[in-house]
This record gives sequence, structure tokens and C-alpha cells, in this order.
Amino acid sequence: MTWWQIRKRDADVERELQSDLELEEEEQREHGVPPEEARHAALRSFGNPTLISEQTRAVWSWNGLENLLRDLRISVRTLFRSPGFSILAVLVMALCIGATTSLFTVVRSVLLRPLPFRDPDRLVMIYEHFRDPSMNAQQFNYNAVAPADYYDWRAQTHGFEDMAAWRYWQFSLTGEHAELPELVSARGGSWNLFPLLGVNAVIGRTFTESEDRLDGDAVMLTWSLFERRFGGDPSIVGRQIHLDGKPYTVVGVLPKWFTYPDAKVQVWVPYKSGLPPEILQHHDFHFTRVIARLMPDVSLRSALDQVGAVQYRLHMQNLNAPVAEDVAPKTLTEDLAHDVKKPLVLLLGAVGCLLLIGCLNVANLLVARSAARQREIEIRSALGARRTTLIREQLMETLLVSIAGGVTGVLLSLAATNWLVSTWMDLPNVQSIRADGAVLVFACVLVFASALLAGLLPAISSTSKGAIAALQASSRNAAGSHARTALRKTLLTVEIAATVVLLVAAGLLLKSFWRLRSTDVGCATDNVLTLSYSLAAKRYQSPEKVNAFNEALLERVRALPGIRAASLGSTVPGAGAGEDDAFTIPEHPPIAPGTALPDALYRTADPEYFSALQIRLLKGRFFTSGDRAGRPKTVIISRQLAQEYFPGEDPLGKHLHVVPYGNADHEIVGVVADTLYQVGQPAKAAMYSPVLNGDNNPGGLTLAVVTASDPLAFSVPIQKQIAELDPELPVSDVFTLQQIIERSLGNASLSASLMLGFAVLSLILASVGLYGVLSYLTTQRTGEIGVRMALGSPREEVLRLMLGDGLRPALYGLTLGLVGSIGAVRLVQSMLYETRPLDPAIFASVAATLVVVAVFACLVPAWRASRIDPMQALRTE
Amino acid sequence: MANPKQQRAGLLQGTLDMLILRTLLYGPSHGHQIGKHIQRTTNEFLQMQHGSLYPALHRLEKRGWVVSKWEMAPNRNREFKYYRLTDKGRKQLVVEESQWKQMAEAVARIMWPAAEES
Repeated sequence: MTWWQIRKRDADVERELQSDLELEEEEQREHGVPPEEARHAALRSFGNPTLISEQTRAVWSWNGLENLLRDLRISVRTLFRSPGFSILAVLVMALCIGATTSLFTVVRSVLLRPLPFRDPDRLVMIYEHFRDPSMNAQQFNYNAVAPADYYDWRAQTHGFEDMAAWRYWQFSLTGEHAELPELVSARGGSWNLFPLLGVNAVIGRTFTESEDRLDGDAVMLTWSLFERRFGGDPSIVGRQIHLDGKPYTVVGVLPKWFTYPDAKVQVWVPYKSGLPPEILQHHDFHFTRVIARLMPDVSLRSALDQVGAVQYRLHMQNLNAPVAEDVAPKTLTEDLAHDVKKPLVLLLGAVGCLLLIGCLNVANLLVARSAARQREIEIRSALGARRTTLIREQLMETLLVSIAGGVTGVLLSLAATNWLVSTWMDLPNVQSIRADGAVLVFACVLVFASALLAGLLPAISSTSKGAIAALQASSRNAAGSHARTALRKTLLTVEIAATVVLLVAAGLLLKSFWRLRSTDVGCATDNVLTLSYSLAAKRYQSPEKVNAFNEALLERVRALPGIRAASLGSTVPGAGAGEDDAFTIPEHPPIAPGTALPDALYRTADPEYFSALQIRLLKGRFFTSGDRAGRPKTVIISRQLAQEYFPGEDPLGKHLHVVPYGNADHEIVGVVADTLYQVGQPAKAAMYSPVLNGDNNPGGLTLAVVTASDPLAFSVPIQKQIAELDPELPVSDVFTLQQIIERSLGNASLSASLMLGFAVLSLILASVGLYGVLSYLTTQRTGEIGVRMALGSPREEVLRLMLGDGLRPALYGLTLGLVGSIGAVRLVQSMLYETRPLDPAIFASVAATLVVVAVFACLVPAWRASRIDPMQALRTE
Repeated sequence: MANPKQQRAGLLQGTLDMLILRTLLYGPSHGHQIGKHIQRTTNEFLQMQHGSLYPALHRLEKRGWVVSKWEMAPNRNREFKYYRLTDKGRKQLVVEESQWKQMAEAVARIMWPAAEES
């Protein structure tokens, strides 16, 4: 039926009623009713023509759409009539929906969407798994796999179609003709990795089985390197590039979307390429990630049981080495999102709370406004408007507010998501984080859910009274609005309770973050510049060459003006765990078979390392320039290693046998104070070898320089010295030590400040709500207060009465929120550092903050109530 | 003020359609006539409420039991909307009539059992 036909039918109904009504009027006149009364008499016997015509039109099915359009028209008009309310409500909704949508966008891409590989449901990561709970506490329950284990798993089990492996690597990339050197992040992938994932090269091909060998010299470029460094020229395939000074042939270019395992990876080489030959036989060198593809008709459990059985056999064969007893699976998504899952879920919960508070606030505003519109609603329902019509109209209003808020919110969230992604470090799968169909659907659901939540309660409450009762209720009758006041107070209580939970969570995270920030990593952190380099194995084959470079560099840097001290080591405190190795102590009785060997962080240090970084010597001596390649091997241990493994004895003169470093015993020459390898982690036992032992550690070396003034100003002069010594040597990670530490705190700071932002926002919303409720109550009770004052009630009494009225829901909400927080802090618990989840100071200060804010929010309307002039109040009655 | 729910309570649910159809059996008539006819025939016992009458007429028209046409009234010299029974409407009237009979008999049997036995 067309619009035109609907119009025609409407006109027809009107005409029919009109003609029949006129007939009735004529008949009344014919019965002798005076003409001036005939019309009223006819109407009396006929009924309300407008209502009848509406009910008649309702017979025709298109009425639904008509109603919708009419509701829409009325709602738009109503919203425009009170622009202040509308803008406020839309803003609140936009903020809440926007924040929730942003978080959902990130959560969906990072936690929910499978990686874009072939049949991603059947892909699984397999890790070695120690059953000992104390190992699990140190996060060894998902331990990287040793190459020999991987090869045994692949050869001896049948539950998986195939298993592939990859490992971390980095290269210094140079061109054929003295182009700028560059340190590139690399991965070594087994030849079957790309077929297993279902990934093809966009140009060229992936690795072949014959290329996956120790001297394999094939390389694949990721799209970003291909575009950036080679200008997207496809003829690069088949040509050579130099990695660590060694020529590699480019066999293919990976697709643009392929950013696994992270977007920083620039090149892939075959898994075995460049590995020392003996390492493939080891069961205790854990550096490999294994991805397996499950066979179609095999369950994950049974396939894993097979791998577990193989692993247990390997464990029994290597009782003294750190070879785990079992294996454990992880999905690829879980594997990538490991560090961000908890904060993401927590923040999603927080924005959920914020959304709830926002909806309750809009509901509260609506209840307040419906008080002003009470007469309108009463008259309309008296004129025959059905209750469902009135509720539908109010819902339409909140729906409009929600839709406007939702559209604004989604636009906001696009910007917010970009900001979040660029600020949040180590967020995996960053490229795929974008608003897609599912996110839009989510936003739509949010819009409708918020509209229902915010609109239904006030709509039902404002129309609940019978028409006659409503008309009879005079404004003096405070009881008439009692139910609505109670509803407002309930909404407010819930709102405040949710705010308290958010405040407590934010407070705990903030305190934990401050604790982290003020942690002493155990060394000097002011005015320390660090930069890293990795000497190319091809140009620095002998320990002498390595030492010559390192010592020349130290000498040149120390000669620069403004440098207080310079030192060289594998890692500085606070920069991560780096390498850790198993060791034995020859002077001690052998470890019982079946127990894991002791394990400690392994670092290298030059003779001035400890004094430059102000790490105290507790016993013995520092290294000297005599502790170098070709001399007896020496080692310095940390206080914790001494305490753990040499309790009650003097470690000096004893020896450590570091398992991966051959058969030589290292004599302990000194004990130094503990340092933290990472802020927020407990100190671990550490051992230091002289950097001058000449090992060319592929992990690279870190130069740490203590300067007299702003350390970053020294980065260029130092890099110039390096370039003079070796123009092909790239320098990476130029940071101050403070920057390194802050980077490791980055996400803690981000989640703490986001939480704080959400909590403050909800506090503002809650206090606005509180202010609104009390203002409304004051207006409602003006007459009553006038009477009280006329009867001699002092102003202080009125002030106390109104304050009490406003503060009561605040206190209920506070109590409810504090009780709720006791449960909610469990979510935060594992993210806290040296902060108890039930920290009384936090709980107390949250309570105090809330009470102060509540008192301020209530004070203005309460004070206004106490200023009421009784004469005025009674007269306006 | 009129409340639609109370109006319908005056008539047994569903009987209005039957009464309208039966009235139209005498020939085409407009809304006002139908209402007046039902009211007069029952000696004003059934108060015809227009709030139910017009929706009912349109409902019948929508179901195809009646058709409507604007026609000149013989004695008023004005056009009214006349409703006319269709064949489908006649059949419906028979159906509703027999249903109503069964209903009335069933009710009567419960209400006045003695009368039934005698």
C-alpha cells in the first residue's frame, strides 16, 4: 500500500465519522434539542471522534509504521524542546558507547578473532611444560622448546598433520654497496612453516626442504621491508642481500597481511640457517616455538598425549638437564595476547561499568524530566492515550538519544582505538585492529541495550499511575511522587556503587604503578645512556678481534668530554631477563638425578661495569682487564646466587660449571649486590662473565654510559665513534636507562591511567546524578519545607534534613560498592605489584573521596532548600 | 471519559461482528444506521459504542465480509458511507450464528438444568 493510499484511507475515515456525527447532530435537533446543545449532545453520545478515528485506523496494518513515524516526530520535537538535557544525554552516551566500542574493537582483534591462517581452529602452539608448581610460578609452565625435542616430536608422533618451528633472530642488514647498515628483527622458520599456516609468497616462493640447513642462505622478505628498503621492486627476488656480512639469496616476499608473530619482523631465514651444528642435538636449549596442525579426525587431547609421552621419555633420558616432563598447548591467539589479556579484560569490564553508570545517569535525568512533564502525561492519558503508547514514545526518545550518542560514540571510538593501539606497547596483531562489521553490530546492540536500560525504567514509572489518580494528586501531595523518588534513589545507589568499584580498582592500579615506578632496580639510573650493537660473526671471527673492537670503543667513548664512565655488558638492569643458564658447582655433591639443575641469569660485564653502574661489591673483586680470552675463566655472582647456593660458606674460590659454555670451570672471584632484571619481577640469581672473554654473543652487547648532563645529547657523538671504528655496524636501542625502565612500565601506566580516567568520569556522572536528584527533591518539597519553616523549623534543621536525604543513597551506594569491590579486586589482583588487593588505605581514601564529592553535590540544593522563604513557598503553592 | 476496554465489556467478545453482519442482511446501511438499529432493536439494552463500531466495520471490510461505498442517502440528500454484505460475509454470518447458538445452548444447560429436564 502506498503512502498516497494511506492518506486516502485516513481521509475516508475522517469523512465517515464526520458525516455520521453530523447525522447524529441533526437527529438530536429533530428530537427537539436546542441547536446550540445539539452538537454537545451528539458528541456525548458519539464519543471522542479523534480517539475513534485512531482506533479505526489501527485496524489497518500499516498503522505500525505510522505510529513509529508519529512517535519519531514527537520525540524529535520533545528533544529539541529541552536542548540542554538532550546534549548532555547524547554526550554521556557518546562517551560511554565510544569507550566501550573502542575496547571491544581491540579485544575482538586481539583476543577473539583467529589469526588469518588456513583452518586456524586446528592450529596449536605446543610448549614444554614443567609439572613442578614452583617452576610454574616462574612462568616455566610454557617453556620454549629445545630443537632436539621438536625434531623428536615431529618424527615420533602421529596426531598432527605436521609441526613447524620458528625462533627469534636478528641481523645487521647491509646492501651490496655500502648502504646504511640496519639492525633488522628476524625469525628462523622451518621450511614447512608457511605451507602449514597456509601462507604463500606474493612474489617468488617460500623455503624448500633443502634450503633448511645449517648453511642455508635463502631469505624471505616481509612486505614492510620489501616496500621500505627495496622500493617494492619485484626484481629483488633472486638477488642477494647481506645479513651480518654474509650473502643471502632472496627467494620470496611475504604478503602484506602476514605480520606473524609481530609486525617488527623484517626477514625470515630457514630455521637451521646459521645455528651452531651441535645445538640441534640439544634437549635443553629452549628457544624454539612450535606450531602444530591437528589431523582432522584426531582430538587435541589424544594428539597431545602422544607428544607428552615422547617428552616424558626425553625427560627421563636427560634427568640432570632442564628438560620438562610434559607439554602444554596454547592457541595462537592466546599465545600472542598473553601479556595484554588481563588488562584488556579488566578495562573492558571498567568501560562496561562506565556504560552502566552512563545509562543510569540518563535514566535519572529522564526521571527528573518526566516530573516536569507529569501534567502532560496525565492529560494525554486522560484523553485516551494508551500506556503502551506513552512508554513507546519515551523509549523512542531514549533510543534517539542513544542513536545520536552511538553515532558520535563510534566516530569517537575510531579515534580512540587508533590512539589506544599506538599507545599500548606490545599489542599483538596490531594491523588487524579496526572497526569491522562485528564491531558495528556490537555498537548497534549497545545502542539498543542502552536505550532500553535508560528509557524503560523511567517510562514505566512515569506512566504507572491511573489517569484519574494522577489528575487528583495535587502538587502539595508529596506522596504522589514517592515511588518516583524511590526509583531515583535506587538508580543513584547502583550508580554510586559501580563508581566505588571503579575507583577502588583504579586506586589499586595506581598505587601498584607508583610502587613499580619507585622500585630501585639496584643500580644508578640517572644520566645513563645505553645503546646496543651486535658484531657480525663474519668480520669478527676471533675473540681477539671482538676484544679489540670493544676495548677501542670503550677507550674512545671514555675520552669524550662529559662522559663520567662507560661500561659494556650483555644487558643492563631493568632491560629484561635475557639469557639464563643451568650450572653446577663442582665443589658440591652432584645433584640427585631427576632434579632440575640450578639456573641463573647469565650476563657479561667489562671491568668497569659494576663501578660505572654503581652496583656494590660485597666480597672479592671486580673483573680486571686480565680476565679475558685465553686466561683462566672467572665469574662474579650476585648476592642472591651466593645465598641460595652457598649458604653458610664462602663462595670465593669455588667454581661454577656453566652447562652451555663447555667443560671449563669458572672461578668465583666476587659477589655483587642484586639488581632487578625487570621492574615488577622479583630479583633472580645472576652470574657475570667477563665481556673480554671474547665470545661473540649473537644477542649483542649494550654500551652503558654515565654522563654529566642530558644523556641523550651524547648519542650522536658516541654513534660517530662506532661508525669510525666500523661503518657497517648498526646501532640499536638508543635509550636512557630511565626510558628502558619506563618502557617496561608503559602498559602498567596506561592501564592505571585509563582506569583512573574511567573512574573519574563515573565519579563526575554520579555526582551530577546526586545533584540532580536532590535539586528535584528540593523543588518537589518546596511547599512542605515552607510549611515546616512557617511552623518554626530552623534553617539548619532543613539543611540537615535535605543533606540527609541526598547522602543516604550515597552512603548506601558506598557500602554496596565497597562490598562489591572486595569481590571485584580479584580481577585486578594478579596485576598488582607490592599492593594488597584489600589495601585499607585505598579503600579508605575512595570512601573519603566519595563522601566529600557527595557532600559537595548535595550541599548546593540543600542550602537552596534552607534559604526558601516560607511566605514565598506557601504563596506559590 | 471513555475507556475502550470498558466499552467492549458491554458486549460479549466477538458478538459485535455477528450483530453487524446480521443487521446488514436487511440491506446496505451506514455506520450510524447500524448502531442505531442494534440499539433500537434491543430496546436500548445494548448501548452501541462508536469506539467499537467503526473499528469493527473496518475490520469486517478488511476481511472481505463487507464492502463499502459512498452513496447518496435517500432522505438526507447527503452522501454516507454504506456497507454492504458480501457472499463471504453471508457465509461468515452462518458460521457465527451456529457457533453462537451452540454457545448459548451450552450456557443455558449449565444455568437452568431443571428447565432442561422438564
